[in-house]
Amino acid sequence: MLNQYETVFICTPVLSEPQVKETVKKFKEIITENGGEMLHEENWGMKKLAYPIQKKSTGFYNLFEFKVDPSFIGKLEIEFRRDERIIRFMTVKLDNYAIEYSNKRKKLQKEKTEKEG
Amino acid sequence: MAQNSSEIRYLTPPSVEIKKKKYCRFKKNGIKYVDYKDPEFLKKFLNEQGKILPRRITGTSLKYQRKVGQAVKRARQIALLPFVTDMLK
Repeated sequence: MLNQYETVFICTPVLSEPQVKETVKKFKEIITENGGEMLHEENWGMKKLAYPIQKKSTGFYNLFEFKVDPSFIGKLEIEFRRDERIIRFMTVKLDNYAIEYSNKRKKLQKEKTEKEG
Repeated sequence: MAQNSSEIRYLTPPSVEIKKKKYCRFKKNGIKYVDYKDPEFLKKFLNEQGKILPRRITGTSLKYQRKVGQAVKRARQIALLPFVTDMLK
């Protein structure tokens, strides 16, 4: 049984762009190597935090959407906790309405990028 | 003074407050899922201190009020919304 999940995580602003990419790549590999299926990823870039976390007021936001076995989520969260580059993360299970919404959101974004490009 | 006594005249017409009926915006617009990644939308359900507004003010139905609460709490977790603040709006 695979469930669909969504993870938002924040990397420290101390990192440079390539370092952020490397971090993202690392977690993508962790998911795919454990039988997960990446559905979508988003990079929101540097954003201001609503309140300071670890005395930092900004952070690089990233969003993952993936299908994975429920037993793997614990392992993934341990990896997030161990990584010093991650200052905050949150994994949320998507229900049917959420999946519908995220599909709509992805479609809108696609249209937007096509218009720009 | 054989005037019609039923005709009462006021100097200023009495202001009859027309109460606008509150409605649940989720039911009206057919929104099924409250997204926690959209802080600008969630701010409609917060007061200036970042507290969640009660249902009696926003008019949201109970089903969606629960979802709004959940979404606001998630947004706070990932620092898209503050836990406490002043002058949010």
